[in-house]
This record gives sequence, structure tokens and C-alpha cells, in this order.
Amino acid sequence: MSGTSYDAKEYWKANLRLILGSLIIWALVSFGFGILLRPALAGFAVGGADLGFWFAQQGCALTFIALIFHYAWRMNKLDKKFGVDEE
Amino acid sequence: MSQFAINIIFVGGSFLLYIAIAIWAKAGSTKDFYVAGGGVHPVMNGMAIGADWMSAASFISMAGIIAAGGYSASTYLMGWTGGYVLLAMLLAPYLRKFGKFTVPQFIGDRFYSKSARLVAVLCLLVASLTYVIGQMAGAGVAFSRFLEVDATTGLIIAAVVVFIYAVLGGMKGITYTQVAQYCVLIIAYTIPAVFISLQLTGNPIPALGMFSTHLDSGLPLLTKLNQVITDVGFTSFTADVDNHLNMVLFTLTLMIGTAGLPHVIIRFFTVPKVADARWSAGWALVFIALLYLTAPAVASMARLNLMSTIYPDGVAEAPIDYEHRPEWVKNWEVTGLIQFTDKNEDGLIQVYNDKNAAFTPEAEKRGWKGNELVVNQDILVLANPEIANLPGWVIGLIAAGGLAAALSTAAGLLLAISSAVSHDLIKSSINPNISEKGELKAARISMAVAIIVATWLGANPPGFAAQVVALAFGIAAASLFPTLMMGIFSKRINNVGAIAGMLSGLAFTLTYIFIYKGWFFIAGTNNLPDTADNWVLGISPLSVGCIGALVNFAVAFVVARATKEPPVEIQNLVESVRYPRGAGEAHGH
Repeated sequence: MSGTSYDAKEYWKANLRLILGSLIIWALVSFGFGILLRPALAGFAVGGADLGFWFAQQGCALTFIALIFHYAWRMNKLDKKFGVDEE
Repeated sequence: MSQFAINIIFVGGSFLLYIAIAIWAKAGSTKDFYVAGGGVHPVMNGMAIGADWMSAASFISMAGIIAAGGYSASTYLMGWTGGYVLLAMLLAPYLRKFGKFTVPQFIGDRFYSKSARLVAVLCLLVASLTYVIGQMAGAGVAFSRFLEVDATTGLIIAAVVVFIYAVLGGMKGITYTQVAQYCVLIIAYTIPAVFISLQLTGNPIPALGMFSTHLDSGLPLLTKLNQVITDVGFTSFTADVDNHLNMVLFTLTLMIGTAGLPHVIIRFFTVPKVADARWSAGWALVFIALLYLTAPAVASMARLNLMSTIYPDGVAEAPIDYEHRPEWVKNWEVTGLIQFTDKNEDGLIQVYNDKNAAFTPEAEKRGWKGNELVVNQDILVLANPEIANLPGWVIGLIAAGGLAAALSTAAGLLLAISSAVSHDLIKSSINPNISEKGELKAARISMAVAIIVATWLGANPPGFAAQVVALAFGIAAASLFPTLMMGIFSKRINNVGAIAGMLSGLAFTLTYIFIYKGWFFIAGTNNLPDTADNWVLGISPLSVGCIGALVNFAVAFVVARATKEPPVEIQNLVESVRYPRGAGEAHGH
């Protein structure tokens, strides 16, 4: 292993930070925009419905795709940076 | 050519394709059988996960559920997609790095306990068996509608096909047939949706058409739909729900339940690298979203189409008379999935919400004596091509697509079941010295037995078959997901903590479900009626899995704190699953 154990600890911390950030957005669009905050977003019309409705039916799935690809891309970079990637 | 002949060609052709793939992808080793040799490309794996995940329920029933429930059914859309975020970040890459064949194997090794492994096997078997019954029954229904055989014969044909490619090819055969099945099911789902969207809105993309203008009225499609259905007393399609807390918890339960379902998790063991496990979660969700974004569009458009068929001059005018009903209504009446009773004997078909007290005066004024047309939710997708007047080959395609959805999920579940039996029970507990060849044979025999059991249960569904959602997702959410996650993210959780956590999460969830649904789902043994007034804080038994997960986390944490910390080699194991370097291909020992 080229990285030291200090590197490994930092890598894991960076991973946890990334997961935390992603899960905050994950919860915000679904439980937030899609359910609890829907009344607050009622003013934003989306084709015959409101923004909260759109998030619940379509926006969440699209956001989730973006979150996973972003995570995979960032983790691949972190794997290399900390020298824990697969040869 | 008759519709029957077209259906036979499409269904028969797709079956021949699956069998050809199975012969090409015959499993030569346990590694082939359990993890498809470990060399599946992440995009291919994403497609296979899509087919594995999208069951007969997703393909056939989901649009119907959304058509009836509108906004409140968003729970399924958010829950069943949100689970993949959890899989991608909290489970899949690390379990892939661990590099073994089954989910219980990780739990057994990480918590250095055979009992933990056995508890995990038990959870896996209950969740997967419940789930597979629904798939087999779904395949039987699709057969009986499109191939004019009775449901039991249909079920047996389906079982024989699955038997050929799953027993012969194991995970390897299943993977490549799932890729083919994904293609069949997504094409079948999308084509009628595109045509209906074009007819109603002029937009070829259904997901966008749903939010654009309805050509006939010039109003936004959803505004038009809300008008039409509320005018005859139904709840508006976009109406908010009363109980936000319950909706949040149900969504969360579906999310963590999805992430904890073993037949989905094992698909991530088939890719060559940890990085591929992350990518394939993303691709899986892309392929799943293609259907899940279309489903609400199909739901809203089909509902509007149905209402315009019944009330051609608008809901304020008289509905059509029964003699002039369209051809597709006649076709589906034969199956009993559409039923007409002329309650006020005027020969017209009145469709309205007769359970809405506020609408009763209006109904009486119009001389209506109850809703006269009962439409089974499941026909929305199946009848879609006929409602939109599409050619016969589209109907054949839908038949092949519905069967692809049911068979691909059934095969994935059967593999999870058989590998738990041959690898976690036989190889680990009963006969550890079994040879590679012997284990492969044992895996094939367990697969065959699993298929026979599933077919029998599909033909004679027990009372709890309809409770799949509550049971499978509740168990996966309350027992498997938290335990797997703690195994990766905590070094402190030890064997006793994990077992105590799993059992208490499971006991809590099952007790809550049984109190309302009956003990072991035996009718009449429930302690309280299953209605919102009786639920604690309005939390339905479907939503309780995520609270069971919290119980699991809390108990495991407290018990582990009070007992000895895990040995050093286990802490090193946890350390090693966190870093991708050194991930060989999956192996069994």
C-alpha cells in the first residue's frame, strides 16, 4: 500500500463527509421538497401542478441519479488521491 | 394473423432467447453460479439490477396504484428509487470489497458468529419467499390473459423456463437473461406510453407530456385531469395527504428496505471492482428511472383517457351507453377485470365516487344509484395499447414485457434463496468439507427445490401473499439493512450486539404488523382493526420498518457497549472493507 495509515484515516473521513453531504440532499428533495415542504413550495407552478408534486413524482429520481454518479466520480478521485484505488 | 398468434410469437420468441442465453452462459463453477464469474460490466450489471428489481408489481401494478392514489402514491416512486442512493454509498462498494458470495456470509464473518449468519439466512428466506410468490402469481396471470391458458398452467410454463436458465446458468445465466429481459420490458412499457402521450399532448416523452398542455382542452394535462375527476366526486390527483409523518416513514421504510433486500445486494458481487459497484448503482437507477418516470405519466394519461371514454361530451353531460362501449372494454370484461352493473337501469355507464358523501346530492339529482363500472387497477398498463388503438404487435410486446418483469425478478430471488441454502446452510453449517463440485450440485438442487416451492405457493397463494410490501420491506429494513451498515461503519458493534439488534428490530416490526394484520397474517387474529384511527400516531404497519431499524441500531449499540469489543482481526476486517485496494474477485472462502 502506497498510502500511510494516516492517509487511510483521512480517506475514510473524506468519504464520510461526502456521504453526509449527499444524504442531506437525498433527504431534502424527498422528505423535504416532496412531502413536508410541499405546502411551502405551492407557489411554484409546474405544468398544472406544483413543485413539491413534481419532486415527489419525478424530481427525486432524477436528483438521486445525479447524487450517485457524483459520488462515484468523487470517490474514484479520492481512491487515487489517497492511493487506495484498485490496480 | 390473430392476436393470439402474435402473442405466442412474441412470448415464445422471448423465451427462446432466454433459453439460448442460458445454454451459452452455462455455469462451470460455484463462482459462476453465485456471482457470474465476477466479471460483469457495470452498465450490464445496472441493466440486470433494473430487471432484477422491477417486478411484475412495478411493470403491471404501479401505474394503476398511481392512477388511483395520485400524489399519495409518490411514496413508491421516491422509496423505490431512494434506496439506491443508500446502496451506492452505504453498502454496495464495501460488500463488494469484502468479496464473498452471499449476504449472510458477510454478517457471519463480520460478527464472527454462526448464529448471526443463521438469523440472516432466516430473514433472507422469509423476505425472498414472500416476494417470489407474487412474481410467480403475476406470471401466471399474464399467461392466462395473453395466451389463453389457465393461470396454473401458465405458472408451470413460467416455472419450467426459469428452471432451465436458472438451474443451468446460476447467476451467470440469470445475469445475461436479465439484461435481455430489461430490454424487452422497457421497450414494451415505453412504446404505448409514447403513443398515448403524443395523442394527448403532442409530446413524445411521456414524463414531459404529463406536465404539458392537454391538446383537446388547451389546459395543462394535470389541471384537466383534476377537473374531470373532482367533478364526479373523486379526490384530486395532486391532492396532498393528511398524514405527512406516515408518508415520510413509509417512504423511508421502502428506501432502507430496498437497500436491504438480498437479491438486489448480491447483484453487486458480480462486478470486477469496487469502483464498478458504485457505477453500477448509478446505472441501475438510470435504467429503473426510465420506467419509474414513465409510470406516473401512464397513470395520469390512462385515467384521463378512461374518463373521456366514459364521458365523451364531458362529465357534466351523460355518459356513454353500454351498447356502444369500446372494443377494449368488451375484451377486458371477458377476464372479469372490468365489471359493469347497471344499478339505475338506464343503460348508461355512470362512473363516479359513490363513497364521497359531499357528492351524493349531485348524484341523486342526476338519478345515479352508485358507481357502475369497476376497473381493476392492474389492467391500466396491460390494456394501454388497446385504449390507444395501437396495432396488435404492441399487445404482444406488452405480454412479453410483463412476463420478462415477473421472470427476471423471480430468478434473482430464487438465486438469493438457493445460494443462502447451499452456501450459508450446507457449506457453512451442515457439511463444511463439501467439494466445489458437490457444492455446485447442491446449489442446483436447492435452486430446483426453491422453484418447486415457489410454484406451489404461487398456485396456492397463502393469505399473506398480498402483504409482500409490509413483510419483505419491513424485514429487510428492520433486520438486514441496519446490521450490514453497522458491520461496515462501526468497529465497535460485536456479535452479541448485532444478534440482539437484528432480533429486536425484527420482533418489534413483526409485532406491530401482526397486531393490525393478524398474527402470521391469519385472518381474524389481529388485536386492533387495521385503520388509521387505531395506528399509533397514525403510523401504518407498512411504515413501521424504519422504526424497527432504529430499534435495531439502538439495541445493537447499547448491548455492544456493555459487552466485549470485537477481536483485533475483526476490526482489521472492517478496516479492509473500507478501502478498495486489494479487492480481488469475489470468492467463497
